[in-house]
Amino acid sequence: MDIKDVENLAELAKIDLNKDEKEQILKDMENILKYVKIIENIKIEQTNPKYNLYNIWREDKIEPIEFSKDSIIRQFPDSQDGFLKVKKIL
Amino acid sequence: MINLKNLTITETRKKLDAKEFSVVDLVSAYLDEIKNKNFELNAYLEIYDDVLTQAKMADEKIIKGESYPLLGIPFAIKDNILFEGHRVSAGSKILENYIAVYDSTVVKELKKQGAILIGRTNMDEFAMGSSTQTSAFGVSRNPYDISRVPGGSSGGSAIAVAGNMALVSLGTDTCGSVRQPASFCGLVGLKPTYGAISRNGIIAMGNSLDQVSPFGKNVYDVEIVFNALSKYDPMDSTSVDDAKRKEFSSKLKTSIAFKIGVPWHLFEKGVDFEVMNNFKESIKKFKDSGCEIVDIKLPYSKYSLEAYYIIMPAEVSTNLSRFDGMRYGFSEKGENLREIYMKSRGKGFGKEVRRRILLGTYVLSHGYYDAYYNRAIKIREKIKEEIIEVFKDVDFIATPTTPTSAFKLGEKLNDPVAMYLCDIFAAPANLAGIPAIALPSGKDKKGLPLSIQFMAPHFCENSLFEIGKKFENFLK
Repeated sequence: MDIKDVENLAELAKIDLNKDEKEQILKDMENILKYVKIIENIKIEQTNPKYNLYNIWREDKIEPIEFSKDSIIRQFPDSQDGFLKVKKIL
Repeated sequence: MINLKNLTITETRKKLDAKEFSVVDLVSAYLDEIKNKNFELNAYLEIYDDVLTQAKMADEKIIKGESYPLLGIPFAIKDNILFEGHRVSAGSKILENYIAVYDSTVVKELKKQGAILIGRTNMDEFAMGSSTQTSAFGVSRNPYDISRVPGGSSGGSAIAVAGNMALVSLGTDTCGSVRQPASFCGLVGLKPTYGAISRNGIIAMGNSLDQVSPFGKNVYDVEIVFNALSKYDPMDSTSVDDAKRKEFSSKLKTSIAFKIGVPWHLFEKGVDFEVMNNFKESIKKFKDSGCEIVDIKLPYSKYSLEAYYIIMPAEVSTNLSRFDGMRYGFSEKGENLREIYMKSRGKGFGKEVRRRILLGTYVLSHGYYDAYYNRAIKIREKIKEEIIEVFKDVDFIATPTTPTSAFKLGEKLNDPVAMYLCDIFAAPANLAGIPAIALPSGKDKKGLPLSIQFMAPHFCENSLFEIGKKFENFLK
């Protein structure tokens, strides 16, 4: 791994990092990856998972749910006329 | 003067119903304790401003003659459990001023059953940690020795009960985050079967692993809280319905002489000398009482923690992508959308959180997905398989809860992997979805609590309570 890898990951995860933070993360990740690397080489016998799965999809019925629209709108960083206001995308 | 130290839920119920003291008296006594101790220990981030109102309402019900297990019982809840109209921040700057817009199902239940919610407790940021040192709002301290950690990530909830600032509390356990602080603080901590208690309204960390988990001073208190909260919730798509639960628990054989499986090979090294001795002594007590101790082998479980540190960051990187400065929470100004995302998340998240998000992004990215994530989930399947298989032979799996007693504040902070190793015995239960209980088992030479952990098959919490009470009797 190198700094470029950290920068790519930071871009994917949308997290701003300064130079020191990038270097620290590089060191930390190398340590952690060294620890979990053993997973790559473990021989895994055929899994025959007996899944106890069942379908929980329900009918699309409209039911009243209590929540405070007001309290949601009040916490928008920026709003206008009760709508969430965001930066231009196009 | 109410003696908070020796109170249990049963005692409290008796005294409240007999009008020996009122809920307002009881809550006021806890508030006094909090005033004396919380600044130093930092268990609570906030005491809710409506506590006495809640208490008065409970008193009105008691006066009318109402009586049920949790009526008037004071709870502390971890800072990742939503309580409508109240702040909830997951120990993070990115949610510092966020106010819950709905009640989590567990809070709804507690309110319905008359419990008193005293306040929200400190935690490692977004539940990432084993020492409650990564919170954006200060470290928390162990009431047995304030130079030591209480454990984490649910440290605050543990301190609240151990420090007599609440009678019982709720935390969440994703890989030991309730069992490990229970161990460090001399408490009982139960991680329920995955799907037993609703995750609706719990700020998610690893949603295939998280469970709301109670702390108590004794097994019966934890049992009461578990029974009050363990029910099907249609709002949680991973909640298991009642019929299925019965199906699982009916498979449990009831016996007087338990068969306890100990995977000795998993702790040949890395466990503190005193912890190991204490564990052997505890096991001997069971053997002397007629239980059979079986040496079991769990070959894949040896890799639980490594599998966990791939699966959990992967889930974390997805779950925390919602914190983007757009709709709520900490938001930095930026020139464009991308800048707002990058700056809000860069500034709003702490070091450990950033570390795990990037790790998760890495193991899920093209080229690494097969080597890491895909293999980890296969290993998880094998771990689950071998545990289910071993339960055909034994009723319980026993291990020490943690490899050491509470360590010093500041220790392990610069070595992430050393910190992760604290949870080496916790991981199998979260990966397999089985219930596990941490029980106080004595003290070490420094006077710090030690703990033993028992695991049982899915939905067999009742047998954990049974063996827990048996162990409490041994220690009397």
